[in-house]
Amino acid sequence: MAKAVIDALVARFPDAVYDPYVGVGGDDCAFVQRDRIDEVARFLKTDPAMRFDLAPYITAVDYLGQDPRFEVVYNLLSLANNVRIRLRVKVPEADPVVKSVTPVWRGADWFERYCFDMYGLRFTGHPDLRRLFMYDEFVGHPLRKDYPLRGRQPLVPEREVHDLFRGPGPATRD
Amino acid sequence: MASEIDVIPALTTRRDEAQGWLEGIVSKGLGWARKYSLFQYPFVTACCGMEYMTVASARYDLDRFGAALPRFSPRQADLLMVVGTVNCKQAPILQRVYEQMAEPKWVIAFGVCASSGGFYDNYATVQGIDRIVPVDVYIPGCPPRPEQVLDGIILLQKKIQDQQHKLIAPSLPVIGQAPGRP
Repeated sequence: MAKAVIDALVARFPDAVYDPYVGVGGDDCAFVQRDRIDEVARFLKTDPAMRFDLAPYITAVDYLGQDPRFEVVYNLLSLANNVRIRLRVKVPEADPVVKSVTPVWRGADWFERYCFDMYGLRFTGHPDLRRLFMYDEFVGHPLRKDYPLRGRQPLVPEREVHDLFRGPGPATRD
Repeated sequence: MASEIDVIPALTTRRDEAQGWLEGIVSKGLGWARKYSLFQYPFVTACCGMEYMTVASARYDLDRFGAALPRFSPRQADLLMVVGTVNCKQAPILQRVYEQMAEPKWVIAFGVCASSGGFYDNYATVQGIDRIVPVDVYIPGCPPRPEQVLDGIILLQKKIQDQQHKLIAPSLPVIGQAPGRP
């Protein structure tokens, strides 16, 4: 069934959906062109044969070192047909902008804010693109692979502590 | 008021002694009273809260140690129990809660996350609440056993008993005005 969905997608958007494959767990996956994802999403949501009415999880991946560095992953679920598919959108580092699917699935709101917060991807058409987890004073995007591992940015000045293992010193040392 | 008695050294010393003895009695009495009436403010942020509920409820029963009543207003509490992970976003809230508590006040770091950040050695987590507020007793464990918590409470009671208590405390600096802070 999921294979049929992907085949229908490729048939309908031959220049937008490419490289279908069977992913881990048996879900059928495909790549989608970056500027066509809203169109594909709208089709999947509204087409009476598809009825993908849920986007249970949307996340991003940072492939540091590869050319389109980022990737947004859309996990979609059709409750009516009991089908799950996964769409992947490659996003280059120089222009990390994707079209938002929040107008299609209202629940994608916080997932896209999460991707913006953690990876710095921007979603055009999103109604309220703010950080989701980190505070507004935070600089950078912590789940990018080039973000320093312990790059803490304390909101309040920290007290001097005597560390049992590392000895006394400024709290911001690590 | 400079009478002749005040300038005689021997009498002055004995007066100091007498005053000190009285203050010692008062301090011991206040310490005894305060250690058995710890009103706690549970600052529960994470899974250690389940263990805190166990300790606070009937089976392990903090009431036996006089630390029974959780007050959900920091202004009515004198023991701040930080239960669980505190991240950088929460640090100003924790500091504010601490500053709102009236003197005298004590702080317990409940569990490894509150004590040292635990295994959350990452960009988001405060590496121990002692970087935000001064801590009196650290209780390790992930989460700590109720017995450990009771042991920590008893340790804190010993510490309170040994502290100097005054009927009228001199005005203490709040941590917002401590040196080294803008």
